[in-house]
Amino acid sequence: MTTVALPRRRASGAALPSVAPGVAITYLSVVVLLPLSALLWETHKGGVDAFWQAVSAPDAVAALKLTLGAALLVALINAVFGTLIAWVLVRDSFIGKGFVNSLIDLPFALPTVVAGLTLLTLYGPNSPIGVDITYTRKAVVLALMFETLPFVIRSVQPVLLELDREMEEAAASLGARGHVIFRRVVLPNLLPAILSGMALAFARAVGEYGSVVLLSGNVPFSTEVASVHIYSQIQSDYVTGATAMSVVLLSISLVVLLSISALHRWSSKHDR
Amino acid sequence: MNRVQVRIAAAGAVVLSLVALAAACGGSGGSTADAASGGKINLVAYSTPEASYAKLIPAFNKTSEGKGVTFTQSYGASGDQSRAVAAGQPADVVHFALEPDIQRLVDAKLVSPNWNQNQYNGFVANTMVVFVVRKGNPKHITSWDDLVKPGVQVITPNPFTSGGARWNIMAAYGAELKEGKTPAQAQQYLSDLFHNVPVQDDKASAALQTFTAGKGDVLLAYEQDALLAEQSGADIQIVYPPQTIEIQTPIATTTKASSAGKAFVKWMYTPQAQTILAQTGYRPVVTSQESAFTKAFPDAGNPTLFTINDVDSGGWDDVMTKFFDPTNSIMQKIESSIGVSTSS
Repeated sequence: MTTVALPRRRASGAALPSVAPGVAITYLSVVVLLPLSALLWETHKGGVDAFWQAVSAPDAVAALKLTLGAALLVALINAVFGTLIAWVLVRDSFIGKGFVNSLIDLPFALPTVVAGLTLLTLYGPNSPIGVDITYTRKAVVLALMFETLPFVIRSVQPVLLELDREMEEAAASLGARGHVIFRRVVLPNLLPAILSGMALAFARAVGEYGSVVLLSGNVPFSTEVASVHIYSQIQSDYVTGATAMSVVLLSISLVVLLSISALHRWSSKHDR
Repeated sequence: MNRVQVRIAAAGAVVLSLVALAAACGGSGGSTADAASGGKINLVAYSTPEASYAKLIPAFNKTSEGKGVTFTQSYGASGDQSRAVAAGQPADVVHFALEPDIQRLVDAKLVSPNWNQNQYNGFVANTMVVFVVRKGNPKHITSWDDLVKPGVQVITPNPFTSGGARWNIMAAYGAELKEGKTPAQAQQYLSDLFHNVPVQDDKASAALQTFTAGKGDVLLAYEQDALLAEQSGADIQIVYPPQTIEIQTPIATTTKASSAGKAFVKWMYTPQAQTILAQTGYRPVVTSQESAFTKAFPDAGNPTLFTINDVDSGGWDDVMTKFFDPTNSIMQKIESSIGVSTSS
């Protein structure tokens, strides 16, 4: 960490005025907490029985299984390829590296429905490259891979940049081979970043709608994901079903994110 | 700055940004000042009549009652639009794909219960469910029975997300009844039909997209959508089934409607407006204007039509619970049976 010395104007030494926490909390409340509480409130109105009935309906269970399975798979794929790409971007030098580096974040900027349309043209029935996987579960995974690409890369990259290469050199001088160095020296350092990237990718994948709705075919029990299932419940004026399912998705994502941050705390405690 | 001043300044900044946020979220756009004489109409409609309104509005502006009237237009999936108005989106005139979407506003006390007390029962433009096939009709699709043959892929949106899909299903079901099948046989037909549906898009426009992108042999679509797609040069052709459902699209003014809004809805039934609707692919409700449609689309077929009330005397109210209840209905059972047989 490098600290830039700024001229201090206030004697207290804090970088931000003391209202900062208040501002932060107000902002978070308006933007995040309030809508989420409203959702919980709406769900609670239906009662426990209605909630359980909604989330245990066979089509809801099928949609949940598909969504969670696909999100998990995508998080794992991201872990491998995200780390690989981050490695290439940090350790290798090649022409156009800056351009590739900027390319990574583009999926964030592209409206998801446009992403879906693009993938549909590329991998659909009229595919110019002769690959048609749309309207299958593979298409769900493909869409999610596209949407979640940046997460692992962007969380691993800074860690890799700061990683002390002397450790690797030391390991090499002690006779360790490349793959051993990676497994025993580099990977343990990267693991927390990989995990948090995976958790973000997972959470993002669970909620994805725009690209999946175009690519998957939305056949209940087969290719209908949870977000599309929720939309269909809203369209059928079955609000309890929609909110119940949303609460389940949010809870799962929350648990994943919480356990990752717990893991972080645990690992940083054990580092020292 | 001392500490107190900093606090005040920071608090002020928070308030300002919240106000800005509220303005950004709550702004309904189109805050253009009312034109001197005309007034203003918030038009909220489902997506397909957008092409018609692009011609209707300028024509209305040329009439004496429409002079200087400004419009704010909003188009989207019928159910979404209706829900938005029920939740508070400003609207003077609403035009939806099916009656239950107006009924929602009647229940919310935003539209008078007497909205349909005119000669046309509140419907302003008709269309019908047709088959759209690939150019040359390579699979020789001519009747509803052809859709359930093995190896035929039918594209129709998901009935739980799309109003258009509900029309398609009622067309198929009603056509079977008209052919003399029993309700049980007609339900079996729906089940067979859905076993041939590989993709269930979330809305009618997405289904059209899927079909033109090359998926499927037959698309069930609104005639008006199909005519416009054909006109725009898509490689498709329309096949008229022997019998199909007449899709009646309702228009209404809200209880808060401006006088301009009321005048506009009245004008929609004039020969001029009905002619424009005909030229943009709708079947006019004012029968004297029917010829305008045939003039614009001389090749359009003339299948035997039935209405939703012919299919079920209880109308949409009854149909929605019987066929489209998401927890227990005919379509819910059919969708589960497909899942059991195809999910891997």
